Amino acid sequence: MDAVFDFLAPVGLNETNFQFMLIAAILGCSIYVTLYGGMFSLANAGFMAIGTYVSVVLTQRYDWPFVPAIIAGMVAGGLIAIIVGLPVLRLSDIYLAIATIGFGEVVVVLIRNFDRIYEEIFDKKIEITGGGKGIKNIPVTTDTLHLIIFLLIVVYFLYRMQHSRFGRALAAIRQDETVAANLGINVVYYKNVAFIIGAMIAAGAGGLSGHLNRVIEPDDYDFDRAVDILTYAVLGGTTFFIGPVVGGMVLRYLPELLRRLKVLSFVGSIVGRDLTNEQAAVDGIINGIVLILFIVYLPGGLADPQLWKSLYRRLRPNNTQKGAP
Amino acid sequence: MNLRTLFYVLSAIFLGFLIPYLIATYLFNKEVLSPEQQLANAMWRGSIYSLFALGYALIFSILGLLNLAHSSVFMWGGYIGLMSVLKLDMPIWVAMPVGMIGGGLVAVSVDVIAFMPLRRRNAPRISQLISSIGASVILLSLATLIFSSTPKRFPQDSIDALPGTADKPLTWLLDNANVRITPIQIAIFVIPIVLMFLLEYMVNSLKIGKAMRVVAFNQRIARLLSINVGNIFAFTFFLSGVLAGAAGVLQGLAFNSMTPYMGATVALKGLTVIVLGGLGNIRGAVVGGFLVANIEIMSIALGYGWLSDAVVFSSLFLILLVRPQGLLGESGKMRA
Amino acid sequence: MLVVEDLQVGYGAIIALRGISFKVESGQVVTLIGANGAGKSTTLNTLSGLLKPRAGRILFENVDITGKRADVISQKGLVQVPEGRLIIAPMTVQENLEMGAYKRTDSEINSDIQQVFERFPRLGERRKQKAGSLSGGEQQMLAVGRALMMRPKLIMLDEPSMGLAPMLVNEVFSIIRTIKAQGTTILLVEQNARKALQVADYAYVLERGSIVKEGSAAALQADEEVIQAYLG
Ligand SMILES: Nc1ncnc2c1ncn2[C@@H]1O[C@H](COP(=O)(O)OP(=O)(O)OP(=O)(O)O)[C@@H](O)[C@H]1O
Ligand SMILES: [Mg+2]
Repeated sequence: MDAVFDFLAPVGLNETNFQFMLIAAILGCSIYVTLYGGMFSLANAGFMAIGTYVSVVLTQRYDWPFVPAIIAGMVAGGLIAIIVGLPVLRLSDIYLAIATIGFGEVVVVLIRNFDRIYEEIFDKKIEITGGGKGIKNIPVTTDTLHLIIFLLIVVYFLYRMQHSRFGRALAAIRQDETVAANLGINVVYYKNVAFIIGAMIAAGAGGLSGHLNRVIEPDDYDFDRAVDILTYAVLGGTTFFIGPVVGGMVLRYLPELLRRLKVLSFVGSIVGRDLTNEQAAVDGIINGIVLILFIVYLPGGLADPQLWKSLYRRLRPNNTQKGAP
Repeated sequence: MNLRTLFYVLSAIFLGFLIPYLIATYLFNKEVLSPEQQLANAMWRGSIYSLFALGYALIFSILGLLNLAHSSVFMWGGYIGLMSVLKLDMPIWVAMPVGMIGGGLVAVSVDVIAFMPLRRRNAPRISQLISSIGASVILLSLATLIFSSTPKRFPQDSIDALPGTADKPLTWLLDNANVRITPIQIAIFVIPIVLMFLLEYMVNSLKIGKAMRVVAFNQRIARLLSINVGNIFAFTFFLSGVLAGAAGVLQGLAFNSMTPYMGATVALKGLTVIVLGGLGNIRGAVVGGFLVANIEIMSIALGYGWLSDAVVFSSLFLILLVRPQGLLGESGKMRA
Repeated sequence: MLVVEDLQVGYGAIIALRGISFKVESGQVVTLIGANGAGKSTTLNTLSGLLKPRAGRILFENVDITGKRADVISQKGLVQVPEGRLIIAPMTVQENLEMGAYKRTDSEINSDIQQVFERFPRLGERRKQKAGSLSGGEQQMLAVGRALMMRPKLIMLDEPSMGLAPMLVNEVFSIIRTIKAQGTTILLVEQNARKALQVADYAYVLERGSIVKEGSAAALQADEEVIQAYLG
């Protein structure tokens, strides 16, 4: 492993970066499941927060071992998804988006104030979520292999989903919910299952990233995070299972690449500003441009098989000319 | 119709205030500190929220799309106003319209970049939502690059130069309490109300406003009636930006501190406001603004300021589940 | 006044018009008859600029208006009363008529509205009522009245008699006659071929996107095939 990263170091790919790319890929997969069924849910940052906090609190405050804590985080995410999903998934497009944005904010606010609410109700001071400052000094227990295994399981699931009854039902629902219902597909059931699975994947990603970061804070899981996750899926594409993986990894790697290629200092020297300390702003601009460009011009995403086929055809003009009558 | 709006606004202010007040004092035996002051605060804060939400609602009602970049337009409007004071030495009463027009132009460019190409392609509403998020992120990041993220404020002498501000804020003595209201706060309360009535007058009575309603109802009819739909779209975006810009400058004055993130906090509150009022319901946006402000102010007054966001966002979430058409909306009613 | 040359229109893979050509002379009533799905509405929508043709040319008063925007075309005086009574339901009758005069700046708007109310007394009685609450026949009259408010040079009516009771159908056709008498050119699309041919000067028969027959209204009324297919 180390040898691989030594080799990749010049292009900005060290192990830490790679780990964050894997997390991004998993998060992309989590929103892919709901988008595949035509549900525009922005709740996954909230589920990620739940997974992170449950698992970190269990390992740090209750001395749980790592793997059971991660699983507990996923279960917690799934349970809350069951409760939230039933009422929320009755809403369609914009209303669903707004409701899930609201859900994410509620989760963040509740985590931030958990200790205080507890104190207010039970008149007893505790320290569980650590308020706005979060939890610090978390030992790093997640390693690259955990992430790879988790991602592989998720991707295998997405791959199988595409050709399963479940996947076909979701695709039909995305096409037209009423038609799908008339075909005898249990729309409510499939939508909820997809929502729960997405939530559990996001919660898993949260637990793993929580044991990677040393520090977790509630603000890490606000609306900006939801936008990041959405961007992964939009960049990669939402109809082909490789899409969110490609999207998450590329988007997470792009800033490193820019840094390595000294793009920022170059652009900065043109506009007369030191941009190397403005990483967040530059990331934001990249995110925004990716969202607009892909939604407008490449709605199929980077991993759209159609796109590559037509590109291939264009790059090999000789073949097509010969083939044409 | 305007009297009805006034009635709704007033009832939102008083019910939104009175109900929590009564519950707090009689059910929980909590003392509300200086209720007159809280009411005053809720009024000017609600006014800003309403003004902000009005632009959101306008775009939703005419174009049927949710412009999540609205909060960034708000922030840009505020900064354009602020910068014209800081860099160009404009007096505030000039900077305010400059910020409004600036906000309008930013909103039009959001339309051109994020929405126009999708409209041509007849893309689904969700694509437009995503691309508006993209526009919002770009505008925010550009602002942190250009204006930096350290807080900025209107210089004190520019505020002192406003009439009636020279020495001390007005202090009104009521029977048993001091209510501190600055002239700026009065302006903040009055300007949005005036703008709201102008907007409602325009949409209901002016030719261009009626054309906007035709576009909202059916674009085919509009085009057959020689209405240039593209221009109406641009005009609607411009108006929403003007309203957002006004709200941005007023917010900057009210809190006397601005960062590029000022939009992010208001964005989700504004969403709550228009959902409470009924998506795309212009009158509802006004009422919703005062309701949300009252919720916040009352939770601060009761010593639960730290929970105010939780209450606001929970109500956003719950209202969608229970009454997606909003408090004022009738189900199945037309958008405009 | 209106010349259409080899007009081809499609919806994605579906071809709706396969290169049709026809003419409308000034002052005439020309009718386009054809069965469901023949392409009549597609023709009018393309003339109005709501659809873009794949090929062909449209000349209105000797000006090429092919592919121009709908709002530009209607302002030139080529006005459509669309199928299905597309009135502005949430606005009042009066406001609907005012919207017809959206682009006008002259001082005769109010007197024109009065004229519409004289022609359609039932609209006058309901001027403050929401258009959505009118009956089907009243809505059709409102749609025609609104188009007249645009002072059209050529008015295109898409199935104005559709879904109306026989008495109202007669009323619609008598309105068409008075519009003609006032010098407005009319392009009339109808499934009710019998009535259409009675008011028309000239007629075209459209079948599956092609014009299969044309001639003076009198000639077509006597044509065996037309009698069989459309008047029988
Ligand atoms: N929006 C559309 N998308 C795809 N195909 C369409 C569309 N509108 C019409 N068509 C097809 O184009 C053809 C012509 O339709 P058009 O509406 O012009 O017929 P019409 O003569 O007006 O019929 P009708 O008498 O029923 O109104 C039909 O085959 C129809 O199915
Ligand atoms: Mg038709």
